[in-house]
Amino acid sequence: MNNLELQKRANDVRKGIVTAVHSAKAGHPGGSLSAADVFTFLYFEEMNIDPKNPDMESRDRFVLSKGHTAPGLYSALANRGFFPVEDLKTLRKLGSYLQGHPCIHIPGVDMASGSLGQGISAAVGMALGFQMDGKSNRVYTLLGDGEIQEGQVWEAAMFAGFRKLDNLVVIVDNNNLQIDGAIDEVCSPYPIDKKFESFNFHVINADAHDFDSLRAAFDEAKATKGMPTCIVVKSVKGKGVSFMENNCAWHGTAPNDEQYAQAMADLDAIAADLEKAGEA
Amino acid sequence: MADVKKIATRESYGNALKDLAEEFPQLVVLDADLAAATKTGIFKKAYPDRHIDCGIAECNMMGVAAGLSLAGKIPFVSSFAMFAAGRAYEQVRNSVGYPALNVKIGATHAGITVGEDGATHQCNEDLALMRTIPGMVVMCPSDDIEAKAAVRAALEHQGPCYIRFGRAAVPVINDKPDYKFEIGKGTVVREGKDVTIVATGICVDSAIGAAEKLAADGIDAEVINICTIKPLDEELIIASAKKTGKVVTVEEHSVIGGLGSAVCDCLSEKLPTPVKKIGMQDIFGESGSAAALVEKYGLDAAGVYKSVKEFL
Repeated sequence: MNNLELQKRANDVRKGIVTAVHSAKAGHPGGSLSAADVFTFLYFEEMNIDPKNPDMESRDRFVLSKGHTAPGLYSALANRGFFPVEDLKTLRKLGSYLQGHPCIHIPGVDMASGSLGQGISAAVGMALGFQMDGKSNRVYTLLGDGEIQEGQVWEAAMFAGFRKLDNLVVIVDNNNLQIDGAIDEVCSPYPIDKKFESFNFHVINADAHDFDSLRAAFDEAKATKGMPTCIVVKSVKGKGVSFMENNCAWHGTAPNDEQYAQAMADLDAIAADLEKAGEA
Repeated sequence: MADVKKIATRESYGNALKDLAEEFPQLVVLDADLAAATKTGIFKKAYPDRHIDCGIAECNMMGVAAGLSLAGKIPFVSSFAMFAAGRAYEQVRNSVGYPALNVKIGATHAGITVGEDGATHQCNEDLALMRTIPGMVVMCPSDDIEAKAAVRAALEHQGPCYIRFGRAAVPVINDKPDYKFEIGKGTVVREGKDVTIVATGICVDSAIGAAEKLAADGIDAEVINICTIKPLDEELIIASAKKTGKVVTVEEHSVIGGLGSAVCDCLSEKLPTPVKKIGMQDIFGESGSAAALVEKYGLDAAGVYKSVKEFL
């Protein structure tokens, strides 16, 4: 899929995020939007998956360690055909399969997550299991930059580096914001790249909103042998919705009707620009 | 008195893992730098490629086990009960219990018989913690035979299981030709009509000893061995309570949340019956030999006898 197509898909994923969170009147739009391009790249380009056969044994696995950004994952899965896009409006509602945080029974979801720091360990375990059996499945996990304040992340990183899990890609969504403020003002985890390097990861810095940069990073990860890869993606929290960008107030707040209309207008404008770019 | 064969259930655990490795090729064993103590070292010696030492990082170990199960393995995760059920409780709940993964937890050094290490390492809360997790099978074997049977049953069971093993050597009491083990089934070790003593783990032997002393006083005690705390064999307990009208529970665990609570949960709803709970009475343990601690806290045969007499 070319970059323009990916950008269009990512914009659809963003619309799904905003729509789901607005409908739920709760949820986490900021970190879902910052990771929307990563979700899109993984599910439309990078991973070996089949929406018609979500439990296919040979599939690559994804664990959303920053599980609160479930709207981003769900929207990517829905737009990729794992379940109807219309169902995104049932997010967080009683009786819906789209739980507030990823639940293992959702088509395409490989692991329950949401308690920060735990997803990466499960991803590491999957990667170890595939490595032990000589299988070619690759394992991807997405962490928040605030999440890496959890000690368990570093237990998992130490283990993955030591075990040389080169089928594992840890992605850190570096949007620099957590609930209480900027990560470097709350309890700074910087330098993130140097930390993972010292835990024996191959580390790549990339631009979370540039598909050339993401493609190059994931290709480099695939070519890396003998050690796991960490891709630190520099992102903008709330990316794509003007009033949510770089504002930690939108970490876990849903837009009201007026704000929703504004957000969709922003995304429609982006869609129109992408259409024009395609015609040019 | 004739020599009674004694073996610690942690030893039985290590032996069982090794003995079942061929039959269960997906079995892998995880430990957190305690292989020599938990006895998974026995498995490691025979199957080094299937033993994964995670270092001193129990929370990650539990998550790695979750991931391994999703990659088709059957992981047995080992550490001391304090760290497996205590430190990694939330990982067990959210990474193993909630997704209902096929992870088995083999927790050793449970209860006060850890002995000299003292209260920091004497976990008297693990059964309570594990019981609260939906779908978790919780077992506490009483001897070598039952420990090995529980390991096999856990491997044959689809879903999360917690098995509690002890540090100290305990007598073999289930060496009977008709012995068979089933998850969720208790056994009547001694029939009686005056009082029911429900015991688990190492306290089953104490209950049997107490029943013998009670018999000398003309009290006919029924002794029930409950290895599976959850799901509890309610039918067996209710039938016995109906017969005797009085129930005593004995466990090397806090009286809050363990076997005693499980029995009370059952009887209070289905057959209200007076119950006396013997165990750790909402206190921490302390350093000492296993035998001295069991005596001090009234968990040996003499202590159980005394408590039952007071209760009747």
